[in-house]
Formats: sequence, structure tokens, C-alpha cells
Amino acid sequence: MLVWSRPSRIVLWLLFALLFGVLFLAPLAVILLSSLADQWNGVLPSGLTTEHYTDVISGSAGRAVKASLVTGFLASALALVSGTWAALSLRLQGHALRRLLGLLFFIPSAVPSVSVGLGLLVAFSHPPLLLNGTVAIVMIAHFVLISAFTFGNVSAGLARLSPDFEQVASSLGARPAYRLWHVTLPLLAPYLVAAFGLSFALSMGELGATVMVYPPGWVTLPVSIFSLTDRGDIFAGAALTMILVAATLVLLLGLERITARATGA
Amino acid sequence: MAEAVALCAPAIRREPGKFWIVPPAALLALLFFYPLALIARQAFLDDSGVANAAEIIRVLHSRFFLNALINTVTISVTATAGCLIVGLVLALILAFVPFPGSGFIARLIDTFIALPTFLVTLAFTFLYGSAGMLNSGLMEAFSLPLPPVDFLYSTWGVVLAEVTVYTPFILRPLLAAFSLVDRGQIEAASVHGARPFRIVRQVILPAAIPALIAGGSLCLLLTVNEFGIVLFIGAKGVITLPLLIYGKAIQESAYQVACVIAVVNIALSLGLFGLYRFAAGRLGV
Repeated sequence: MLVWSRPSRIVLWLLFALLFGVLFLAPLAVILLSSLADQWNGVLPSGLTTEHYTDVISGSAGRAVKASLVTGFLASALALVSGTWAALSLRLQGHALRRLLGLLFFIPSAVPSVSVGLGLLVAFSHPPLLLNGTVAIVMIAHFVLISAFTFGNVSAGLARLSPDFEQVASSLGARPAYRLWHVTLPLLAPYLVAAFGLSFALSMGELGATVMVYPPGWVTLPVSIFSLTDRGDIFAGAALTMILVAATLVLLLGLERITARATGA
Repeated sequence: MAEAVALCAPAIRREPGKFWIVPPAALLALLFFYPLALIARQAFLDDSGVANAAEIIRVLHSRFFLNALINTVTISVTATAGCLIVGLVLALILAFVPFPGSGFIARLIDTFIALPTFLVTLAFTFLYGSAGMLNSGLMEAFSLPLPPVDFLYSTWGVVLAEVTVYTPFILRPLLAAFSLVDRGQIEAASVHGARPFRIVRQVILPAAIPALIAGGSLCLLLTVNEFGIVLFIGAKGVITLPLLIYGKAIQESAYQVACVIAVVNIALSLGLFGLYRFAAGRLGV
């Protein structure tokens, strides 16, 4: 214990409560409240209603939720395969090449998302690679942006893996493919699930690259939240944001449970 | 051709695993590095495909570009300083003056990493906007004719939103670093009469410096690249580089201008990424 006297501890806790309340609690609480607000002209809303939710669900929200979930799932699945593949095959490289390639796989996370979108527009707007205006270009943008996170998570998992299991498997005569499928990948599973969950969450909230490339028929949740608030319909925007937050949290908690059960924790 | 195959074959047999890296690397090259190279190419060529440096010089000297650059750097540096201060205070209390439920609170703050950044801006509209809770409250309490609080649609609004969004990125490595600090050392120092400030300065801060440097450079990178917060605040005077790229490319269809700005933005980001990797690698975070 750093601070022994009770009064000074209470002062510090009050400081914490103030910072936490203003910075983290208030925004979440206020989004929830405004998504349920009937009329809001004073300090507090005059009444509560679920009207905004029924409005957005009967409107464009259903399609936006679907677009976000499909994009998130496909981009995360592709990023998981490619990131795991890259992390596993990097172990077979020499030291210098491994460091260089490892750095290159991380670079997409450092480039601003708007520029990733711009690059895709410039590269894939002409035949033979004409993807501009298709759903695929949205998936590609999301895949590029989250691929570094998946690669990083899986690499971190591999680094923590004890090499003993794989060595024992090899010395017992397990072929590389068998060893990969029955030893390495099961041991990596918790990291794979965590990587998938994080990239799914990132994809659900992605805005910068999506606004650059999305076709009219494939409006994701963040884009439709932006167009609602830009039109001045901030209550509907808040309701849709709550739907996005709920979907993200359910997804993350669900995947966490699966991991916990799988590892017996 | 046959000769080349014959020459290659033994090498393949000797190290069969070497080539497994090719598929993911090729995918990344096609979908990421190739478009990135085209941005650079387009920045130097005009619409007819002729090399044209005049346009680059015009953009780099233009007022809109310089304003955006200054805004981006100011917001990024201020927000990072804010994140470091708030993160350090929160982490010190969470780690060394814990209270019931502090573990849960730390995890709650951590989930902010997974939430979309524009959520905070939208919430700030309701809290601090001209018709928001704070202004309505103050106007009612003091019967003011006009909303007194007016920082949201300025750089300060963006900075406060970014502090909220990016403090968790400082908190996470700091809490990890603090969990390694020897509690016995702190007890001993405090038994010998050292004041808490002195313990923080001489025992805890040295242990936190690697985490602060790595977290701070990550914050610089993320705030330079931030788009959602600035877009949602939508203030005319607060244009950053990513927002300018979006405006030029999508709203004005001026692709060459957008590419020139993107080259500057990407160079800035990669420089900060290098700083982060250097700090993180050097300090072992």
C-alpha cells in the first residue's frame, strides 16, 4: 500500500472516480440515455421511449447490421487464416528475413485507414482488377487493416508456446502436417479465438477506409451511424451506436467464454 | 529453363519450409503494398500520366495542407500528453491504492479499446454540445441567454475525445509494468518514512518509463491516424490530414491532391511507427 492514511486514500479515490466518470462512464451512459430519450431540451430527457430503436430496426439498420456482421466475419476469417499462416511460416525463415518480414506484416496497422482506402481506390478502379463499387473492396479494406492485429496476436501466442510439445511430437515420429494439425494449432487455439474476436470488433467499428470505398448497397453500421448524425438525426444515431456496442460486446464476451471453456480456466 | 529447375530443386528439398511464407506475403503485397506504391506514383503523375512536380509543390505550399498538418501535429501531441497524464494517474491509483472492484474497473476501461472511436464524439455532443446537458444545466442554473461552454467544435473537443479513446492504450502497458514492481520495496521505503511522492518518483516512475515511452509513441501514431472522431465533430476549423484526404478524394474527386497528402501522412505515420517499434523493442515492452 502506497498511501496509508485513510483521508488521503479517499481523496485519491475521488480523483479516480472523477476522471473515470467524466472520461469513460459519462459517454457510455449518455449514449444509452439519448438512444432512449423521448424529447431532450433540458438537462435530462423529458421521457423515455424505445421509438428510436424500432425506427432504426424497421429502417436501414437491419441491412447495416447484416453488412457489418458479414464484412467482419469474412474479413476476420481471412485475416485469421493469413495471419496464422504467416506467423507459422515465419518460424521457418532465417533470423534476418524473419525480422524484416515480421515488420512488413505489421505495417498495415501503422498506415492511416483513409490512405488504405485511397490506395485500394487507386489500384482497383481499372480493368483487369476492377473492384471499385463491389462488396469485395470493402472486405479487402477491412482485411488489410486487421491483418496486422491477427498476425501480431498469433505471433505473440507462438512465442509463448513451449517448444517441448512440438519437439516431443517430432521425436515420436509425427510428420510436420500431423504435428501442425494435432499439436501446434490446438495449443494456439485460445490465441486464435482472441485474435478473431479482436479483429471482428475492429472491423465492426471501422470507418476511415469504409467511407472511402463502400458501394451504395453495402452500408456498414459506422457509415450509417455517420449519415444519420450528419443529417441531424442524432437520437437514431445513438440507438444504432448502442446496437453496434451491444453486438461487439456480445461477440467478445461469447468468444471469451469459448476460450475459457477450451482452456479449462 | 530445365537447367534452372534442376538448379533450384536441391534447394527446395533441403529447406522445404522456406516457401510457405509466399502465399500470405503475396496476398499482402497485392492488397496493401501495391496500392501503397500506386499512391506514391499517382502523387507524382498528373491525370494524363506525365510526371508533374508542380502540383506537389503547389499542394505542399497550400494553406489547406499546412493548416491540416499543423492541426494534426498539435492535436496528436496534446492528446498524447493528456493520455500520458491521465493514464499515469489512473494506473497509479489502480495499482497502488486499489479499492474494491478496481480490477473490474480496469477491465472495463480496457474494453474501450474494442469500441468504435466515434462513440465518444457522439456522446460529447449530448454532454457538451450547445444544446447538451452541461450547457442546459448551466443556462438553467444561472439563467444565461447563451450556452456558456463552447469547446466541443474546436481542437479541444477533438483532444478530449482522443484522450478518452486512447488512454486505455497507455493504461494497459503501465498496469503490466506496475505489476512487476516489488511491493516489498515500497513497503520498506514507506516504513522508513519516505513520502508517497518520493516513492513514486524514485521507485515507481523508473519502472514505468519504458511503458510510458512505448505507450506514448503508440498514442502519437494512433492520434495522427485518427479519422472517426474528427469526422464526427465535423467542425469547419478542425481539419486533419486524414480528413483532408477524404475530402479531396471523395468530395472533390481530386485524386492527385489526395495522393500527395496521403504520401505525407503515410510518411509521418511510418516515422512514428518506427519510433514505437524502436522504443518497444529497445525497452522490452
